[in-house]
Amino acid sequence: MRPLALTLSALVAVLFVVSLTVGPAGIGARDGLAALILGGDGPEPLVMREIRLPRALLGVMIGASLGLSGAALQGYLRNPLAEPGLIGVSGSAALGAVLAIHTGLAAATTLALPMAALAGAGTGVLLILMLAGPRGGSITLILAGIAISALAASLTSLVLNLSPNPYAASEIVFWMMGSLADRSMTHVWLALPLMLAGGAALLTLGRGLDALTLGEDAAEAMGLRLARVRLTLVLGTAAMVGAAVAVAGAIGFVGLVVPHLLRPLVGARPSRILWASVLGGAAMVLAADIAVRLVLPERDLKLGVLTAIVGAPLFLHLIYKTRGAQA
Amino acid sequence: MRGCVRPSRLIALGLAFALAGVTARADTAPARVVSINLCTDQLAMMLAAPEQLVSISDLAADPHSSAMAQEARGYRINHGGAEEVYLLDPDLVLAGAYSDPATVAMLRRVGLRVVQFDTARSLADTRDHIARMAEVLDREEAGAALISRFDARLDALRSADTRHSAALYHPNGYSLGAGTLSDGILRAAGLMNVARSLGLRGGGTVALERLVMAAPDLLIRAAPLPGASRSEAVMSHPALTALITETANMRITSPDWICGTPHVLDAVETLVTAREGLE
Repeated sequence: MRPLALTLSALVAVLFVVSLTVGPAGIGARDGLAALILGGDGPEPLVMREIRLPRALLGVMIGASLGLSGAALQGYLRNPLAEPGLIGVSGSAALGAVLAIHTGLAAATTLALPMAALAGAGTGVLLILMLAGPRGGSITLILAGIAISALAASLTSLVLNLSPNPYAASEIVFWMMGSLADRSMTHVWLALPLMLAGGAALLTLGRGLDALTLGEDAAEAMGLRLARVRLTLVLGTAAMVGAAVAVAGAIGFVGLVVPHLLRPLVGARPSRILWASVLGGAAMVLAADIAVRLVLPERDLKLGVLTAIVGAPLFLHLIYKTRGAQA
Repeated sequence: MRGCVRPSRLIALGLAFALAGVTARADTAPARVVSINLCTDQLAMMLAAPEQLVSISDLAADPHSSAMAQEARGYRINHGGAEEVYLLDPDLVLAGAYSDPATVAMLRRVGLRVVQFDTARSLADTRDHIARMAEVLDREEAGAALISRFDARLDALRSADTRHSAALYHPNGYSLGAGTLSDGILRAAGLMNVARSLGLRGGGTVALERLVMAAPDLLIRAAPLPGASRSEAVMSHPALTALITETANMRITSPDWICGTPHVLDAVETLVTAREGLE
């Protein structure tokens, strides 16, 4: 467990530095890092501090949020298919964010945007828990997720289509697929408090989720208060996913892929997967964001496109595997 | 491929027929002209004889898009639908190259003469468009007069000073490089287009960090539009704000930039004034 933590932390650190040095401006790695730390004259410090640093920081924060939320949802629902994007939590958060922007609330108060996304994400999680139920099988879960995602996506599109601003409609892609392009430190400060609070809440769930693997009755017999676990899960996931979506749109599959890849390394205990998914998620989003800048540097390829290309086949594989268990 | 007619031949053949058709029918001046494109609207308003131009598109009356919104009030407005245009009973329909192909095809099918104007990509294109509009409206004299005024004014505006650079930066980081009307406007005003120097051809996105590195003297953006959008949010990015406070002067584009009409020279003149203010 300890070596894995070190390896993952090192991986995140390396990817963070690489993310800082990759970009269309063609600043050398050494010059760029020097400008970042020491400052100086000319445009380099501006580029490094105001454009690349927030992008790399958001990569870490959003990856950690999505990875942890995915791991927590999977632990609670005891289902490896649960993932914020797939079950409609990200979509609902995007709807909340879009409503905040297009009703003018976000312009009126800074906190309105992440709070509205949080409210959207919270509604999404509550709906999925209501529909799928604590013992809901994969099929119920995925069907409920499809319905919530579709509803949230169509309402998001409706709001954007009704906007008097001609650019709004073209932003549907951003909200569905997510991107870290041209984010600033403002977005970092906007998302960070909510993510820290949500993360702290979710990381306390470790023991509860471990107990849940024995079944609800056994867990309650061990003194676990299920209602409390559920509330923590809803609030924690809503805060993390809401904050992530509010600043970067809905990036899918991170919460699916990361716990799946880490499970063989840390064992099946949810408590271990939780913290490993924080680091794993950060590494995955950083890597994906580096890739979008290397593959099509001029085209603002959406981050979610890449995570879906990696994640969707894995999702199909998981469905195939769980098929036998359902029948 | 043996036995097949080459596609290029077919196109050439089609063009020949099309051209023959145009010259054959252009002998008499059209009496009822309807325009369904913002740019043909404006050229037609400048060149048509009284009563000749019956209707123009709704965009021509929109002050966000049209440099001639005032003049447009005197005309009947259409929305570019085939049925609507047909009911206006025109003998000539003016459209853009990118007007809805279904509408254009439908109008041609019901026997109307439709002349399409390509997008102007340079100041030279603008000149050609004036000449062509004058020809299809059978108003060659008015056209020649307008062109000579255009040439004289452009000559007066040109300058040898090319020390300053400028960049267009629109929402989503959209900029315009070589081969665009905007590039022609910048260069006529004696400004070096940063997007062109960065290798952009046509329209496309320029990453914010490349723009910041290029540090243009003049930054030109589109006017903010009603309603919120995150596409426009990039315009308030701290890096861009820093660039504006430190090095760049900010200017806002106007409808003069959109169409290849003599109004582009108003845009050039505004830029020349801005450039002279940079000294």
